[in-house]
Amino acid sequence: MDHKKTMGKKKRDNLTGWAFALPAMAGFLALNLLPMILSAYYSMSEYNIIGKPHWIGFANYATLLFGENETFWVSVRATVLYAVMAVPANLLFSFMIAMLLNREMVGRAFFRSLFYLPCIVPAVASSFVWLLLMNPDYGLFNELLRLLHLPRSQFFWGAKSVLPSIVFIGIWNTGATQVIFLAGLQNIPRVYYEALEIDGGNAWHKFWSVTVPMVSSTLFFNLVMGIISALQVFSQAYILTEGGPNNRSLFYVYNLWRQAFKYMDMGKASAMAWLLFFVVMILTVVVFKTSDKWVYYEGGEE
Amino acid sequence: MLRKKKNARYYVRRTFFYAFILLLVTVCVIPLYWMVRSSFMINTEIYSMRPFVVWPKEMQWENYAKAWKSANFPRYTVNTMIVVVCCMVGTCLTSAMAAYAFSRLNWKGKKQCFALVLSTMMLPGSVTLIPQFLIWRNFHLVDTLWPLILPAFLGGGAFNIFLLRQFFLGIPRELDDAARIDGAGALQIFFRIMIPLSKSAMVVVALFTFLNCWNDFFGPIIYLNSKERFTIAIGLLQFRGDYETKWNLLMAASTLSVMPCILVYLFGQKCLVEGITLTGMKA
Repeated sequence: MDHKKTMGKKKRDNLTGWAFALPAMAGFLALNLLPMILSAYYSMSEYNIIGKPHWIGFANYATLLFGENETFWVSVRATVLYAVMAVPANLLFSFMIAMLLNREMVGRAFFRSLFYLPCIVPAVASSFVWLLLMNPDYGLFNELLRLLHLPRSQFFWGAKSVLPSIVFIGIWNTGATQVIFLAGLQNIPRVYYEALEIDGGNAWHKFWSVTVPMVSSTLFFNLVMGIISALQVFSQAYILTEGGPNNRSLFYVYNLWRQAFKYMDMGKASAMAWLLFFVVMILTVVVFKTSDKWVYYEGGEE
Repeated sequence: MLRKKKNARYYVRRTFFYAFILLLVTVCVIPLYWMVRSSFMINTEIYSMRPFVVWPKEMQWENYAKAWKSANFPRYTVNTMIVVVCCMVGTCLTSAMAAYAFSRLNWKGKKQCFALVLSTMMLPGSVTLIPQFLIWRNFHLVDTLWPLILPAFLGGGAFNIFLLRQFFLGIPRELDDAARIDGAGALQIFFRIMIPLSKSAMVVVALFTFLNCWNDFFGPIIYLNSKERFTIAIGLLQFRGDYETKWNLLMAASTLSVMPCILVYLFGQKCLVEGITLTGMKA
């Protein structure tokens, strides 16, 4: 009797749990799992939206990876170049800002909210201002460069300057990363610094022996997220450059979008998406696997 | 903390420190300043660069009226409001429900389901993008606001579920137990205890949802085709196409689109920063 009662309760608990999780799980099925399966199928089909998907095996992947599709490697190159510049730049810069904001100063709260401000500005609106600021003929930036007696730049319109310009905008937008770093810094117990001070350590020692090891897990989190988001850079190419000049900013996801929604080649676009997915997975796994070598977790591993 | 003696060297260093901060702040604020400045100008002032104009001689308030009218902004605003409000309601409700199930209820498959939901955070959006589009197309819902709204009612994103779950875990279990002894069911505990006690976390979720929806242009460029259904974000893009060289109007329109975000930020910045910290540290 008692046993039966607990069985009934268990059943009811299961039912309640599933009922509350239902919308989220339905979302998982309909918005993630089903689309992934379909995407895998499309990636192995010839499918130009009008007809029916037609199975062709790995032909899409082969075309992308070995020749025929000229833009694929161009966009891989652009994205990798961008990520190589943007990821370290964003990390260094946001870490520096967080270090500054972690010190005692007047109006700290005010400065903090100011540095986060760029993150809440809609990408479309801020992009328009960058177009104006970086205009080669009547933009403020070239005027400032002239005042400093530096050579003018073509910014988004120059083959060499387009990627650094986009990286610069990215740095401007690192508010969220700064906040996470700042939280990491504030979690460092003061006693560690005091102990070092007593032992006669200078600022440099404090930085390398306490700050860096103690924020390494935060750094790790930001690194993973930074790589993932850099590989998926899209809006700058869409709003600012349309992939130009000369395909220098033809970022991978922008190319994918173009393949799908301009050329209506859903098969090839899906194959591109899966290749991106694999690369992101592999990178994440590599970073996670190597993390215990350089990330310090206080109190050991959980 | 050990206090250092405040000698001359200290003050020199402090001065450099503040000068450096102010330099960074200037770089940070320049784009916004430039946007507002240019929005009040006539175009010739924007083009004149030697020397550049710091603030317009005469404020051109009518730029705003012109921008508002010429781009059908009223329509865009209504559409955006519909999407934003629906997304906020849907996300707050369904992500809190999921967070409740993952933090408080005991059910078969809970751990596995939570892992699955979390795994979607790592999933690049472009993998699901194309099939999602084709699914909506199958239901003849492309070029309506539904594809932008309905996903919010299906869990509202792993990020929000995770954030709320972290918060719910911090609410003492004794409260539920006491309510259960008084005969309250899961539904009552959810609405009478969990939601009221996690107001601040719910505000964070609502604010993030507001900002994300307001700023989102990836969804709209894929799902919306006709101008009457545009949201502000792509309305602006369209506006640039039509008024390529009218920088003053473009800047006025941009300023209009930024204003609600700034207001929301001023209103809820403390909660927002807490929210980012909460998720960043526990992940």
